[in-house]
Amino acid sequence: MTDRAEPPTAVRFARVSRHYGEVRAADDLSFEIADGEFFSLLGPSGSGKTTCLRLIAGFEQPTAGEIFVHGRAMAGVPPYERDVNTVFQDYALFPHMTVADNVAYGPMIKGVPREERMREAAAMLEMVALGGLGGRKPSQLSGGQRQRVALARALINRPKVLLLDEPLGALDLKLREQMQVELKAIQRRVGITFVYVTHDQGEALSMSDRIAVFDRGRIEQIGTATDIYEHPASAFVAGFVGVSNLVAAEVAAAITGASATFSIRPEKIRIERPEAAVPEGHCAVGGRIESVLYLGANTRYAIALDHGGELTVLDQNREEQTGLADRRVGAPVKLVWNRRHIQTIGARPPAP
Amino acid sequence: MSAAAPAIGMPSAWRRVSTALYLRPGLVLFLLLTPPMLWLGIVYLGSLFALLAQSFFYIDGFTGQVVREVTLATYAELFTAANIGIIWRTAGMAASVTIACAIIAFPIAYYMARYATMRTKALFYLAVMLPLWSSYLVRVYAWKLILAKEGIITWLAEHLGFAWLLDGLLSIDVIGGPSLSASYIGTFLVFVYIWIPYMILPIEAALERVPRSLVEASADLGAKPRATFRKVILPLAIPGVAAGSIFTFSLTLGDYIIPGIIGNSRPFIGMAVLQHQGTAGNIPMAAAFAVVPIVIMGIYLTVAKRLGAFDAL
Repeated sequence: MTDRAEPPTAVRFARVSRHYGEVRAADDLSFEIADGEFFSLLGPSGSGKTTCLRLIAGFEQPTAGEIFVHGRAMAGVPPYERDVNTVFQDYALFPHMTVADNVAYGPMIKGVPREERMREAAAMLEMVALGGLGGRKPSQLSGGQRQRVALARALINRPKVLLLDEPLGALDLKLREQMQVELKAIQRRVGITFVYVTHDQGEALSMSDRIAVFDRGRIEQIGTATDIYEHPASAFVAGFVGVSNLVAAEVAAAITGASATFSIRPEKIRIERPEAAVPEGHCAVGGRIESVLYLGANTRYAIALDHGGELTVLDQNREEQTGLADRRVGAPVKLVWNRRHIQTIGARPPAP
Repeated sequence: MSAAAPAIGMPSAWRRVSTALYLRPGLVLFLLLTPPMLWLGIVYLGSLFALLAQSFFYIDGFTGQVVREVTLATYAELFTAANIGIIWRTAGMAASVTIACAIIAFPIAYYMARYATMRTKALFYLAVMLPLWSSYLVRVYAWKLILAKEGIITWLAEHLGFAWLLDGLLSIDVIGGPSLSASYIGTFLVFVYIWIPYMILPIEAALERVPRSLVEASADLGAKPRATFRKVILPLAIPGVAAGSIFTFSLTLGDYIIPGIIGNSRPFIGMAVLQHQGTAGNIPMAAAFAVVPIVIMGIYLTVAKRLGAFDAL
């Protein structure tokens, strides 16, 4: 409505809570999702991300606070009057209808004549690369194909916001990676705001413009993939998004001189010989190889530090370096990393 | 080897049998299925075939003996006006009972499947099944007392001031009569009461299999609750209704006890079968009558399938 440069807000949570008795599925959440954004809600199961999605869809009502979709307050608005559509985790395709009828369900409810809505459905199926399969029943499709039908059925209504509840969760790895690329491409093409729930941090990192990391009904951090990964705001985020080493304050004091807990990503650490020189601006700590795990592209080492504690190091297998005498279990090593990769973890009050 | 043999060798007879069966799943299947298949094949299909065969014989009017000659004479006799009347009466009653059962059972099943907590659902199951624990005859006679002219319904009608309604109902042609227990309305009520569990349970099972997410998806796509019911819930419940209707329809078609005790004593198919083979000794005619429900059910199932009642299975 205003002609400010920044895009309007698609979804706004204003101090929203959803409690089930004692359980706080969503606890006093406030955040905004910009129009056209690919926004991921990332967190372990039971962290409240799906609850947030269901609150936006209107399947649940908040116990406190207010949700706005494109500026309109959603309190008391049933799902069928909201300008949002959902891709369900189990796809929720109607088993008694053909694929085309499934896709044309929204237009049919709106009273679009059969011929026209069938044409629309066919075009939609074409877009998700399922052209010609409209006459089949959902049970005759593979998991990946059903997923696309669910997507087409939601997108045909041209919603202002598309909600996706772990849509790729049931697919195998190869198909999932392929669908990630396709989903992202479709989102760019249609320009609709995507709110994407996932527990897969890789998926969230690769697809999202911004990510909200959830834990126990609260948002730990909101930011771009790089923000979240490189500068985790809390120990939880550091541990949940990717693998991270958390170095306790007393060990940290011996390494960096500052007695503050910090996190360091395993791939930022280099393994050197014990006598190697330490470059300017780097930290170093001595240790002994505890275990070696060959992962193909990488090798993962667990190093017991001389100061106590343990660090995980991820080393890319550039050369034929596995099995070398100085990389065997028990070998003494020196771990080196650039100081700027250290993320000091702010002291947060422990969750009740 | 020979020293160790007694320890692992010398399996008991049972173990050898177990091993032999484990290695031959086909044999297990054969052993499991043979007794029921023999039962089904000989006792059920065999007697059905014997029944069918009987209907192609005829009875000699003078001697009263069954003449074992293949003829369609018995069937010709079946299609006389009086017998056609019996068939229509029975089919009409079965259809009305089925429709009424479906209408009454659906909301109950819907509540059980979608809203009831585990506890209330258990209570509902109990309430639905409980009548089946007591004798069918006891329940039918109990209804005869309830529906009788001196019964509680008439009494209540008089005291609560809707006697006019009861009288109005009973004065309707054909379905009315001197009292509820001596009219088709009474027969109908008792049939509905007796068979309704067989309609509730399959519909409940069908509705329970509709995932909540389908209902949410429909709302999400813009459908108001009414549209969701018509487009999603009802079509998915139809196989359950069809299964229930097979029970209520065929059970009503074959029953001879309820119309014998409650109603205006005009015969139904079951009563005709009983009368022909018991009292009159006309086995061929009884057999021909018994074929009628089979044919009607065949037609019913064909029509139901054509209408797509089983598509959502």
